[in-house]
Amino acid sequence: MQAQDIAKPPVAQAPVALSPKDYKSDYKPIWCPGCGDYSVLSSITRALSELGIRRENAAVISGIGCSSRIPAYTSLYGFHGVHGRALALATGLKLARPELTVLVTGGDGDGFSIGGNHFLHACRRNADLTYVVMDNQVYGMTKGQASPTTASQWEGSKLTPHGTGVSPFQPMAVALAAGANFLARGISSDPKGVAQLIVDAIRHPGFSFVQVLSQCVTYRPEQQEWRTIARPSQKEPTSNIARAGRRILDDDGFTTGVFYVGNRPAYVPPGETDKTMAGIERRFAV
Amino acid sequence: MAHTGGVLGSPGSSEKTDKSDQINQNISSIPTGPEGSVSIALTGSGGSGVMTAGQMLLDASAGAGYQGMMTRSLGPQIRGGEAAAFLRLSAHEVTCPGDGIDILISFDWASTERFSAEIDLGPDSLVLFDPAAGDAPEMILNTGAQLIDLPFKEMIAEIEGGRPNMLALGVVAGLIGLPEDAVLAIVEKALKRKGPKALEASSAGIRAGFGASAAMPATYRLGVGEKAGSRWNISGNEAVGLGALRGGIRFVAAYPITPATEILEWLAPNLEHLGGELVQAEDELASINMAIGGSFGGIPTLTATSGPGLALMLESIGLSVASETPVVVVNVQRGGPSTGIPTKSEQSDLNIALFGLHGDAPHIVTAANSVSDCAFTAQWSVYLAEATQSPAIVLTDQLMGQTRAVVDEPADSGHVAARETAPAGLKDYRRYAVTESGISPMAIPGTAGGEYVADGLEHSPIGRPSSQAEDHLAQLEKRQRKLNQFDYENHWADIEGDGDTAVITWGSCTGPVREACARARAAGIGVRMISLRLLAPMQTGKFNKAMKGVKRALVVEQSHSQQFYRYIRAYFDLPSKVQVCAKPGPLPVRPAEIFEQLKKWS
Repeated sequence: MQAQDIAKPPVAQAPVALSPKDYKSDYKPIWCPGCGDYSVLSSITRALSELGIRRENAAVISGIGCSSRIPAYTSLYGFHGVHGRALALATGLKLARPELTVLVTGGDGDGFSIGGNHFLHACRRNADLTYVVMDNQVYGMTKGQASPTTASQWEGSKLTPHGTGVSPFQPMAVALAAGANFLARGISSDPKGVAQLIVDAIRHPGFSFVQVLSQCVTYRPEQQEWRTIARPSQKEPTSNIARAGRRILDDDGFTTGVFYVGNRPAYVPPGETDKTMAGIERRFAV
Repeated sequence: MAHTGGVLGSPGSSEKTDKSDQINQNISSIPTGPEGSVSIALTGSGGSGVMTAGQMLLDASAGAGYQGMMTRSLGPQIRGGEAAAFLRLSAHEVTCPGDGIDILISFDWASTERFSAEIDLGPDSLVLFDPAAGDAPEMILNTGAQLIDLPFKEMIAEIEGGRPNMLALGVVAGLIGLPEDAVLAIVEKALKRKGPKALEASSAGIRAGFGASAAMPATYRLGVGEKAGSRWNISGNEAVGLGALRGGIRFVAAYPITPATEILEWLAPNLEHLGGELVQAEDELASINMAIGGSFGGIPTLTATSGPGLALMLESIGLSVASETPVVVVNVQRGGPSTGIPTKSEQSDLNIALFGLHGDAPHIVTAANSVSDCAFTAQWSVYLAEATQSPAIVLTDQLMGQTRAVVDEPADSGHVAARETAPAGLKDYRRYAVTESGISPMAIPGTAGGEYVADGLEHSPIGRPSSQAEDHLAQLEKRQRKLNQFDYENHWADIEGDGDTAVITWGSCTGPVREACARARAAGIGVRMISLRLLAPMQTGKFNKAMKGVKRALVVEQSHSQQFYRYIRAYFDLPSKVQVCAKPGPLPVRPAEIFEQLKKWS
């Protein structure tokens, strides 16, 4: 037996017929009543059910924050890692085990602030991952501080009583520029729509980014108005990067739907075995 | 014999060949250098070819049946700057640089002076230099070394396309008595691709060098090479890579950093040959997390870095502890703190490796103690990490990492990653079940019924986040127990010799300690060496047993704040008579200074 095979089980690929509920655990979320993340969790399980993915063949990877708690609320393999490093963790898993479906979930602070560098490089690297960011423009777990996507004049945090004075981060524009292969936006008030975006994202090869506007009822109660502002895009998804860029930059951040479907091949591990250990060792001999 | 401190005339052009032949024929009648070895330094500007010449000298010695090592010292420049190749060659195994330099070849004084603290010369040393470079500086004159002027540039000008470094190679090889054929064979192998013209120019330079050496004073010559087969030419960094592959590592994620990069450069193609893969990550935070992610997927994984990178990885090494996901982290130490001295060696990352993690975070820390031991320690560490489902930090350093040595083939120890995994079809699987051994079967994604969430949050046995005191205590004890109860066999330390004096050391200081102890024994002084390979968890019982009957202890390490001494002091009652030899890098610890202390005590 080769050392590398020791811990790698044979993986069954035949799809299964499971209901969305089968992908949920019986563990009660820590989220506040009315949190958008409940809906995103349902969208994820609905998407997995539609795709017929075997539970043992999918993993949900996250960092730290309210939305990063999602892995424990599923019945899948999962990793609740350290703050900001979910994409790196997921990249390692996907490259080591390409046959698995790897979802990455988290919030705007985890993904765009402490994890911002990994976001850029995950887009560039284009490994076959689906990244679902629940964007509520606030740090909920630490009780209401400004996040990278918070408007500069928001005065709701004691930490930045005069607003942040910093331009909000533009996740879609950054992801497009950095090389993400699939870009979509949804809103938690439309769980079916988000589920469909996740299905499309998982099916699309390479790095897929789904931004979900997911309201924080506790620290940003005004976000309950989002459902009335958001509207589905009237345009077909484009694979033209310049056109996608214009649509993203011209948008107010409340248009939902698929913005970009790229055709870069996903990053895959290099080729196969062509030498033995003895062959490698021979080169050291005097 | 040469005039001490004076300048010998440059060799004439006649009779050179005859005399060099004669020297080679009479090799066995000429005394060898101290401890049967010859230490050589080649210094010049970067690009002067001193590293190439040094490498070829080592390779030629290997081909002629000798053993030896070459360490590199460089200035901070990316290209150019100053460069020094330090070689120690012998008919026997050598494990460290010698006490001083027997032969120095200086291409220019300015470069040489930058290494003045690293080049110990004495009245018996030979210094070869080009008179065109000007008069010898005081740092050379003060040593009383014998100066020999050798007009490299003038001599090489007569050879079309010739380079001074090849001339120097020929001179040194001739001086120490290497067969000319052995040198020419290496050059031919190295320059095959560059065409016959380049080869002829280099060969002519080497022959001229051999000729010039014939007229020089007979000083240090190698004895007869005794080794014929099963020797390897390998660097410590390559040996780490080899050990990792032997142990079963098949996925590596890492970020380039001096002086660890060669591990990655060696692993990248060789992992691929075995169906594995190396990913260049965006930073060290990503490297360690990618490695943990791959390991969660069931593949034995590794990352390699140096001090600053290890500092960045610490939080996530804690994740490896808490989530019980094995990972191997190799740290090739360099001078610190902060960016420190990236190109030079130190043993000052001991504290961060032992104590850098927040919380109560038991983990494994191992240390290789020679170039060839890098292979064993890396392989063993893969086994330990996988068997205990813990992170293993493997400490080496710039000195052994970037030293290329000709050594006996490092044996495959047979240690292979053997993680205890959960079978498919489990009911009510408990990932973090509290077991007697502390080790719980790990389900690998793809295993039906094993679905669980690995978590950095404290958790219950099934892996649900928990802030309950009861769960915290149970998991803390489980994680500690699995390391404390594990059988580390006799690999935890290298223990050699007997006597009531002990020298306690670790890492690359083991080389000079080993040699000093051998000298002491030859002088009738009973001494035992304890070189710790397993630094955490500390093997208190085994250490106390190894120290039984010891009345005096000498602790040897390369750190300014005595990190190692303080650490062992915290765990053991050392005898009342203790000396500490702790000095910061980049100055190497010399066997002579340890031997002197042992003599004082005898």
